Amino acid sequence: MTTPAPAIETRALTKIYGSGNTEVVAMRDVSLAIGKGQVVALLGPSGAGKSTLLTAIGLINPPTFGSISIGGLPVMEGDSALVDVRSFRRRYIGYVFQKANLIPFLTALENVQLALEINDEPPRKARRRAMELLEYLGVGDRMKNLPHMLSGGQQQRVAVARALANSPSIVLADEPTAALDSVRGRQVMELFRKVAHDQGAGVLVVTHDHRALDVFDEILEMEDGALRQHDQNDADPDRRAS
Amino acid sequence: MNLALRDIRHNLARFSLTTAGVGMLLMIVMGMGGIYRGLIEDAVLLVNKIDADIWVVQQGTRGPFAEISRIQRNLEDRLLTVPGVQSARAFVWHTVQRDHGGKPLRMVVNGLSWPQDKGEWLPLVAGRPLGAAHYEMVADKLLGLQLGDSLTLGKDVYSVVGLTQGMIGQGGDGLAFFTVSDALAIQFDTSPESVRLERSARKMRAVRDDIGKVQPALLDKADLPAHRLPAVSRPMISAVLVKAAPGADPAGVAELISGWQDVSVHSSDEQRELLLKGTVDRARRQIGLFTALLVIISAIIMALILYTLTLDKTRDIAMLKLMGARNSVILALILQQAVLLGGLGYVLAYFLGQWIFPYFPRRVIITDEDLFRLGIIVIAISVLSSALGVWKAMKIQPNEVLS
Repeated sequence: MTTPAPAIETRALTKIYGSGNTEVVAMRDVSLAIGKGQVVALLGPSGAGKSTLLTAIGLINPPTFGSISIGGLPVMEGDSALVDVRSFRRRYIGYVFQKANLIPFLTALENVQLALEINDEPPRKARRRAMELLEYLGVGDRMKNLPHMLSGGQQQRVAVARALANSPSIVLADEPTAALDSVRGRQVMELFRKVAHDQGAGVLVVTHDHRALDVFDEILEMEDGALRQHDQNDADPDRRAS
Repeated sequence: MNLALRDIRHNLARFSLTTAGVGMLLMIVMGMGGIYRGLIEDAVLLVNKIDADIWVVQQGTRGPFAEISRIQRNLEDRLLTVPGVQSARAFVWHTVQRDHGGKPLRMVVNGLSWPQDKGEWLPLVAGRPLGAAHYEMVADKLLGLQLGDSLTLGKDVYSVVGLTQGMIGQGGDGLAFFTVSDALAIQFDTSPESVRLERSARKMRAVRDDIGKVQPALLDKADLPAHRLPAVSRPMISAVLVKAAPGADPAGVAELISGWQDVSVHSSDEQRELLLKGTVDRARRQIGLFTALLVIISAIIMALILYTLTLDKTRDIAMLKLMGARNSVILALILQQAVLLGGLGYVLAYFLGQWIFPYFPRRVIITDEDLFRLGIIVIAISVLSSALGVWKAMKIQPNEVLS
C-alpha cells in the first residue's frame, strides 16, 4: 500500500537576495510536508521568512535552491519552474491575502466567477458554481454587491470563495485575518479548516493571530529564515497566562 | 466575462469625461480635415461650376485665379470664329471690399458675359439669374445680403435679384455675379476729379508730342471721355471662357487657339491643377501638416490616458496574473477599452462636428471618404496608443498584489 503524496512538499528551500556583501538569506533549508485535508499555521515574527516561503510555494517568487512538489508533482527545482507556472497557479493553487484584493469593478459573484472563467469554465456553469460557493461561505445574500459595499469580513469570505473556486490542491493564505476583528478572524480560520476537510485541499496559513490556533491541525514556526519546533506555551499568550 | 465593460461601468463618470476629451480632440482633427477639404473645394468651385472647356487668358499668365490677367474684350469675337467653338464668354474676376451697413463687405466680383451668360448655371437658392444688362447682381448667402437689397458699388446701385449658397472664392469670400460691363464699371470706377486730371494730362501729352501737331483733330478730342476716343483702349477683361461645340475635341480647339501669340490657353483641368498647385497649395500643405500633427498629438494623449488607466489597475492586473489569467485576458481588457475610447470619441466628434462646423466662417466639408479614413486612423491610434499600457501591464508581476 502506497502513502498518498502530500499536498505540499518542500525540500531544503533557500532564498537568497543580493550577493557578496549585500547578500541576505531570507529562507534557509526549509523542508516541510502538508498533507491533503490538513490545515497548517505558519507563525513567526516579521522578517522571519514566512511570506518568502509562502510566495515560493505559491510559485510567485522562486527559491534560490531547493525543490517544491505539489500533489506529488515536482514544480520547482531551484529557481527553475518545471511546469507552466501561470497555468499551474490557475488550476491548483488558491490564494488569500491580508487584503481581500477583490477586483473593485466586479461584484462578489463576478469576482468568483472570473476565477472559474479564467480556468476555461463555461460562463453559465461558472456562475452557478460561484453562487454555490458564496452561499456555502455565507455571503450568498451579498453576491450582487461590489467589494466596497461589503464589510472586511464579507470581502475576505468572497476572497476565500475565489481561492476555492477551482477546487485547488493547495490554498495559501497570508495573514488573512489581520484586518478582521477576533470573531470574524476566527470565522475565517474555521472556514479554512472546513474547506480543507471538505475538499481535501492542503491549507497553509501565515498568521500572527494566536487566538484561533486551535483550529489548525499543525503549527509551524519560522525564525531567521528557518523552520523551528513550535513551542505552544511560548506562542499562545492565553495558555501562558493560565 | 468582459472586464473592459465592467471596468467602464464602474468608472462611468471618469470614462465619459475622458471620452468627451478624446472626442473633442478628434473633432478638431476631423475639422482640420474638413477645412483642408473645404479649401480645395472652394478653390476649384467656380472652375467646376462655370461649364467651360477652355480658359483663354493673357499670354504667359496662369489665369485670373493665379495672377492678374488682362485681355482685350474683342478676343471674345475672335474666338467665336475658331472652328469647333460653340460659345465664348468674357469673364471678369476681382475682389472688392466696401462698407455695407456699417460693416466691411468683402466679395469676389464675377462678370458674366451678358446676354449669353445670365448665370443660369448658378446654384440659386432664391430669386432668379440676371435679367438685365445693368444694375442687377446675384450674391452668395455668405455675403449676408437679402433678395431685394440694394448695394452701392462705384457710382451705381445694384439690386440683389438672386441668392446662391456655397459659392465661395479661394480666399473664403463670397462670390457676387454681375454682367461683365457692370463688373468692369465696379473695377475701374474712378472719381470725377481723377477723370478730369487724366483728360488734362492726356491733352498735355498730345500738345507735347508730335502727334498733336501732325493730327490737330486728335488734339481737339484729347480731353473728351475715353469712350469717345477710338484710340484709347477700353477696359480689359480677365479671361474668355470657351465651350467646345458638341462633337468637337476641346484639346484640338485649345491647340488651335494656343497658336495665337497674344494669349495663353488652359483647359479646365489645367486651371483646376493650377489652382491647387498654385494659390492654395501652401495653405493646403500647412493644414495637411497641421492635421498630421494633430493626429500624432491625439495618439500621444490617448497613449497617456490608456497608460494612466492601466496604472490605476496595477493591483487588479497583478491579481489577475496571480490567479493565472492568460495574457490575452489582460490584453483584451486594455485593447477593448482603447478601441471603445477611440470609437466613442470618434462618434462624439462626428456629432459635435455636425453641430459646430456650420458656424465656422469657412466651409468645413466632411466627406464619407474622409470619415472612413479617419475611422481607420482612430482604430489604428487606439491600438497603437494602447501599446504603452500593454507594455506596462506585461511588466506587472503577480507579487505586486502583496505590496
